[in-house]
Amino acid sequence: MRAPQQRRIIFKHIDEPGYTNDLACYVRHGGYEMLKKAVGMQPAAIIDEVKKSGLRGRGGAGFPCGVKWGLVDRKSGKPIYLVVNADESEPGTFKDRYIMHQDPHQLIEGIMITCWANNVKQAYIYIRGEMPHGARILEKAIAEARAANFCGPNILGTAYGCEIYVHRGAGAYICGEETGLIESLEGKRAYPRIKPPYFPAVLGLYQCPTIVNNVETLCHVKHIVDMGGDAFSRIGTPNNTGTRILCVSGHVQKPGYFEYEVGKITLGELLNEVCGGPLPGRTFKAVIPGGSSAKILRFGETFTLKNKDGSTRTLAVEDIPMDFDTLAACGTMGGSGGVIVMDDSVNIVEALGNINAFYAHESCGQCTPCREGSLWMKKITARMVHATPRAEDGVLLKSVADQIAGRTICAFGEACSWPTQSYVAKFPEEFRAYPEAKKGKTHVSALPLV
Amino acid sequence: MNLKPETLRRIDEVITHYPVKRSAALPLLHLVQEDVGFISKEAIEWIAQKLELEPINIYELVTFYPMFRQQPIGRRHIKVCRTLSCALMGGYKTCEAFEKEFNTRRGEVSPDGEVTIEFVECLASCGTAPVVMVDDELHEKVDVAKAKQISEQIKREKAERPNG
Repeated sequence: MRAPQQRRIIFKHIDEPGYTNDLACYVRHGGYEMLKKAVGMQPAAIIDEVKKSGLRGRGGAGFPCGVKWGLVDRKSGKPIYLVVNADESEPGTFKDRYIMHQDPHQLIEGIMITCWANNVKQAYIYIRGEMPHGARILEKAIAEARAANFCGPNILGTAYGCEIYVHRGAGAYICGEETGLIESLEGKRAYPRIKPPYFPAVLGLYQCPTIVNNVETLCHVKHIVDMGGDAFSRIGTPNNTGTRILCVSGHVQKPGYFEYEVGKITLGELLNEVCGGPLPGRTFKAVIPGGSSAKILRFGETFTLKNKDGSTRTLAVEDIPMDFDTLAACGTMGGSGGVIVMDDSVNIVEALGNINAFYAHESCGQCTPCREGSLWMKKITARMVHATPRAEDGVLLKSVADQIAGRTICAFGEACSWPTQSYVAKFPEEFRAYPEAKKGKTHVSALPLV
Repeated sequence: MNLKPETLRRIDEVITHYPVKRSAALPLLHLVQEDVGFISKEAIEWIAQKLELEPINIYELVTFYPMFRQQPIGRRHIKVCRTLSCALMGGYKTCEAFEKEFNTRRGEVSPDGEVTIEFVECLASCGTAPVVMVDDELHEKVDVAKAKQISEQIKREKAERPNG
């Protein structure tokens, strides 16, 4: 094995035999010691440690967490809220499910340290409606933590109190967008807000300053308090610090979730060594490295990147280290860490048809380019697969996608355009050849995808 | 509205979680749907009144969020993930297997009233694709053979239920 060892920090106890999700087990494994340490520290000192750590948000955008906290309006006199984004619904991503199911107290400890550091008195965990079991586990864990004085009034004998509530969504992907999530939490349709002025740090939940963080990000906070910001910043690679949970699904022998130092494993090592390579008799064709909205990578393509000293280096897809910056330099993104693999049994037109059906279903409908465009792209790919494809459909698809990206209130416009733009650009011959390939067949892919 | 006392108790409790009553709209819709099975016009008006809102404020949520439904469904709800990772591993075949087992088409109630089968978007368990939720329970790696097993279990539970 050439691939580096996993470095399990957040997932240290997950899947460990005998490790349960109840409070007693968590405390036996050193749980809530970092909350005790945190309440002995000045809140500003904790924020400084998080800034020093270089932790970038694990929800998808990769925004520095300490900077986000630093932007919170602390002078308005209004209450500050913490909203935990547990609405994990980017296709290909499933890390938060395991944290909440198997180690809910780790999340609660992270939440409570964050609340202490930011003087938050009320926090909401916005969890996907499709995870009723996860919601029940969290509610039980919160009740246990409250009974043990780790949340609720007078935490650990201090004058400080903070309540955590679980709030279930109801099946809308757009609730993962932070301002859409806030609208939803206020009891409205999850229409994302225009930024500015609605930066959550200033005008968030109930028009109060609000921090929105992903589940994985908040778990990291506990470990930053444990090891200190400087030590944390030495894990991973510069500007891409800490560990990252990578979720692999699709056509590999051993799909699953893995935790690595950011940038210390390449895509090739992950897929070939850790995940056992392609299915028998198959070869890898394409991979989406950061959730279904990330631009696709085609096996066989290469990327020429600039080094800091001005020289250049050439990377194959297999050589790309899984960090935010290199993936961005290769024209895609680390996103949510969801890696979806497709082998040569897949026709790219049909894979795009599947993804376009998803985004057309999930557009909130607020902005016309996204509402109409995502539906139009879905209709074109569905017609190609189910009726009469035309050789020029690829060009038409790209022109629709180009009219959506950059013209909407939130990043959903980009999320639904990037697959189409990249699939058409990277596999033009499949779009041209699709009419011929489909003749007499229902589907060209080995399995129906749309 | 004829809601169970436990539902009414939980409704009153959940409203206290928020400084603004309107925030309790989604939790109330979930609680009412779990109790009654769907969201009727009467339920919309009742929730609106409970939260001091107009019925349209609730109706717009019912039409926006896919998990709320305005019609009753079968006794059991089979949700098959349709999104890419599951489709790559055979999710469409899984869905067809359920349709065949219960002699129904997705979106409809089976002739015996027992199940409604639906395609849903990503269930966030892509590593164990294809995945299926039956009511509140997640089933992983549901290939055609496992879909048949689950169907048989549902049929057994139906047969064991008093009055069918």
